[in-house]
Amino acid sequence: MLLAEHFVKPPNWTWLILGYFFLAGLSSGCYALGVMLRLWGRPSHGSAARIAFLAAFPLVIVCPILLTVDLGQPTRFWHMLIDSAGGGLNFKYWSPMSLGVWGLGVFSGFAFLSFLGEIWAPVGRLLHSLLGGLLLVVGLVFALFVGAYTGVLLSVSNQPVWSDGWPLGGVFLASGLSGATALLLLLIAARHRSQVAASVGALGEADRYFVVIEAVLIVIFLVTVAAAGTIGRLFNVVGIGLWVLVLVGLTVPLLAHSRSRVLWPVLTSLLVLIGVLALRAAVIFGGQS
Amino acid sequence: MAVKRAGFFTDTSICIGCKACEVACKEWNGLQGNAPNLLLDSLDNTGQLDAQNWRHVKFIEHLPANGNLVNQPADTGGGQAFLMMSDVCKHCQHASCMEVCPTNAIVRTEFDTVYIQQEVCNGCRNCISACPYNVIGFSQATGTAHKCTLCYDRLQSNLTPACAKACPTESIKFGDVEQLQQLADTRLAALHQQGYSKAQLYGRDDKVYGGLNNFFLLMDEPEVYGLPNAANAVLPSRNNLPGYLGGLVTAAVALVAGLIAFRRRGDTPPPSDAAPAPVGVAPLSPADSAEAERP
Ligand code: SF4
Ligand code: SF4
Repeated sequence: MLLAEHFVKPPNWTWLILGYFFLAGLSSGCYALGVMLRLWGRPSHGSAARIAFLAAFPLVIVCPILLTVDLGQPTRFWHMLIDSAGGGLNFKYWSPMSLGVWGLGVFSGFAFLSFLGEIWAPVGRLLHSLLGGLLLVVGLVFALFVGAYTGVLLSVSNQPVWSDGWPLGGVFLASGLSGATALLLLLIAARHRSQVAASVGALGEADRYFVVIEAVLIVIFLVTVAAAGTIGRLFNVVGIGLWVLVLVGLTVPLLAHSRSRVLWPVLTSLLVLIGVLALRAAVIFGGQS
Repeated sequence: MAVKRAGFFTDTSICIGCKACEVACKEWNGLQGNAPNLLLDSLDNTGQLDAQNWRHVKFIEHLPANGNLVNQPADTGGGQAFLMMSDVCKHCQHASCMEVCPTNAIVRTEFDTVYIQQEVCNGCRNCISACPYNVIGFSQATGTAHKCTLCYDRLQSNLTPACAKACPTESIKFGDVEQLQQLADTRLAALHQQGYSKAQLYGRDDKVYGGLNNFFLLMDEPEVYGLPNAANAVLPSRNNLPGYLGGLVTAAVALVAGLIAFRRRGDTPPPSDAAPAPVGVAPLSPADSAEAERP
């Protein structure tokens, strides 16, 4: 077994980046769920799709704000997109940060369009046409990219844990989808229950699939990190606490939905969301410990 | 002295740990230095390379595993050694920092060195997570990333970088990389002849990041000096393909999961759903009524 050697400094990506990863995961997950519900869900899922699209955009607009505030020179945010020295565009497909900024920008556009479609009938009608369906599919691709790239961004480094665990992209995507499902269930429970009760069961079932996918990926991730000899960084005192929350977030939906599809929906959803946040915190801070 | 491919050959076997290089670097580059810190770590009170320290003399107290018996025959100093090494940015041929920088602030200069353009850097700190040598530091004062420039301004005036100029033992040799490599080969052969079998060149060939413009003669394994060995000298981009592939497979499986859940469930809404929406509940969008008509 080849143990990885790391002599690298942490970049000090902390709370703002954690907030960004969390919201980007939820927003992209909401959008992806919205498209799935609308394009290949039963007609009765229309209202749930609507809530998903209404949630995706407000969540994503916070993301560039967090990213910009985290920069040492926030007024130079545009340097990510435009080559300030030589002119032209800055697009480095091999740098996930560069690719991610573009991906986030395009996804925000799609999220805005779908948001508009829910509040303004002409756009709503457009999005229900064949062209609209096509737009939603393209938006879905960008949503899934945004959901996954934040994990790839961490992996594409020389940081312990992050660079030892290549499955992080998949882990974050699955966890974002699970978190978004929980958020939708929460929103349904809070306001829209009567209209979307039909979707509660379907979302619960989807969440069970998502947490299983996520759990499998987390195991693969932990195995890769263990093989590199850096797993200890993930399990310091704070880390252990965070992983307990992750575990709770993974198991609660399985247990709750197995007994009743509406058992404590608010509590279940909150625990899933806390688990999604804890997972990102465990990885972000563990890699820099 | 005009050079085409500028670099340093740092011969750690003759470093005496005087830190003249650290001081000269700070003086020429106008670096304030960090607040004094008692690290209680050998003779080191610099700690690490960062935004204020572009040269760092490492002190490695290397004791043998045989109960510190000094006169045991072994490679260096009876197996006991006080290793010193003036560390610096390696100006890698395949530079991890340059690879990930999203703003293209990190460029290769006409001297084949790696340089951070201060007016372009936006302080994202991606390069810090990528540099495998713990070189780059973030400055709160400027909000940007900093590291050794190999005295870019001095090179433009055909001057030797400040650290190499100040080094009293010529442990730091500046020059054209090809010439430095020849010099290093000769020195290594001499050391091997004297019985220092562990002496080795680090970064002289392309096994480590395609070759380092600033390469070293070490008296022990790279890890002893806090340098990754050739097997571990890997670029961040190695994780691009597996990372995105993992995301792609996850996306495909998740879409199938969504398809199953959303096609199978939801066709038999509870009776309460059939009732008109209560007052105060947001009406369905025009889109929803269109959907309801779908077969
Ligand atoms: S040592 Fe680090 S900062 Fe210097 S060129 Fe190599 S990767 Fe970049
Ligand atoms: S901190 Fe500056 S030099 Fe480093 S990656 Fe970001 S923009 Fe590039």
